[in-house]
Amino acid sequence: MSKRSNEPFLWLLFSAGGVVAAMLIPIQLFLFGLAFPLGWLDGPGYQSLLELVRHPLTRLYLFALCTLSLFHFAHRFRYTLYDGLQIKHLNELINTFCYGGAILGTAVTAYLLWIIP
Amino acid sequence: MADTITLEVTRYHPGRDKEPGLQTYGVPLRKEWVILDALNYVKDRLDGSLTFRWSCRMGVCGSCGMMVNGEPKLTCATFLSDYAPGPVRVEPMKNFPILRDLVVDPSDFLVKLTKSKPWLIRKEERPLAEGEYLQTPEQLDTYKQFSMCINCMLCYAACPVYGLDPLFSGPAAIALAQRYNMDSRDQGADERMDILSQHDGIWGCTFVGDCTEVCPKNVDPAGAIQQYKLTATREWVKSFLMPWQGK
Repeated sequence: MSKRSNEPFLWLLFSAGGVVAAMLIPIQLFLFGLAFPLGWLDGPGYQSLLELVRHPLTRLYLFALCTLSLFHFAHRFRYTLYDGLQIKHLNELINTFCYGGAILGTAVTAYLLWIIP
Repeated sequence: MADTITLEVTRYHPGRDKEPGLQTYGVPLRKEWVILDALNYVKDRLDGSLTFRWSCRMGVCGSCGMMVNGEPKLTCATFLSDYAPGPVRVEPMKNFPILRDLVVDPSDFLVKLTKSKPWLIRKEERPLAEGEYLQTPEQLDTYKQFSMCINCMLCYAACPVYGLDPLFSGPAAIALAQRYNMDSRDQGADERMDILSQHDGIWGCTFVGDCTEVCPKNVDPAGAIQQYKLTATREWVKSFLMPWQGK
């Protein structure tokens, strides 16, 4: 089949990001934003949390969570700019800004997760 | 209940008027009257030059779609008394060029509808002697909802993306493509995919969902488009992972 569009790829990242963000970020926020600081649950100490983050699977989880959410944002914001501000004629600039931002965020995420001691 | 209600109706006569304007008419406010009855009252008793489309008066033909107080409605299924004490504003469907008064030009929609090939496509027709193509009730249920579309174009009048980007295929054309894609007797999904998976086909949709809200037949075109995006993405992944299967 002839494929004329790279939209499926971007939409795949967008929808994966949407699922990941909708399902996992509320849990992260609840645990680290409310439950641990307010003492509803006994939070892990710094040392054990560091141990957890050092584990390759945790790094992979955080990488997926951050990057997919970024691509979700990029895709949604691109269309918000297209339709909301009606500046679709600037599409090259908008695409570079949105997806470029997500790629940059991905690189920063990878770097930060890589340098964990 | 007051016994009359004011209609504010768009009037436009190309060649004579520079732009569309509103004209007001007082019509009887009857409990059993729909907007279309009020328009017909105007046409019969007050102003024979008022132009609008209608046919079946029972929500089947899809001809009488108009904007009623800014919302796309079938005027045969919209009661006048719901808008009491009025005034009620009746305008031609948004996002379409006006031909005259309340009549819009559907050409763009018809071109898009044809492009999405909303009919059964067979690679090879079975000989008549072999009988009908049988279908189970379950197979019917997969697409039945989408087959309720009456081409009234209210979803196009409601769609903000179509309003901004006339290249977008639009809700009904995609929902009808999906109706045939999901039909067990059809083999034309590949042909439709080539057209609909282009940028202007399905990807312009940002899932606003207004099409589904205004649909008088509960078709859910927004759902059809999202389903189609998933199908197109699956095909894209397949062609990426298994390029040797390319057609």
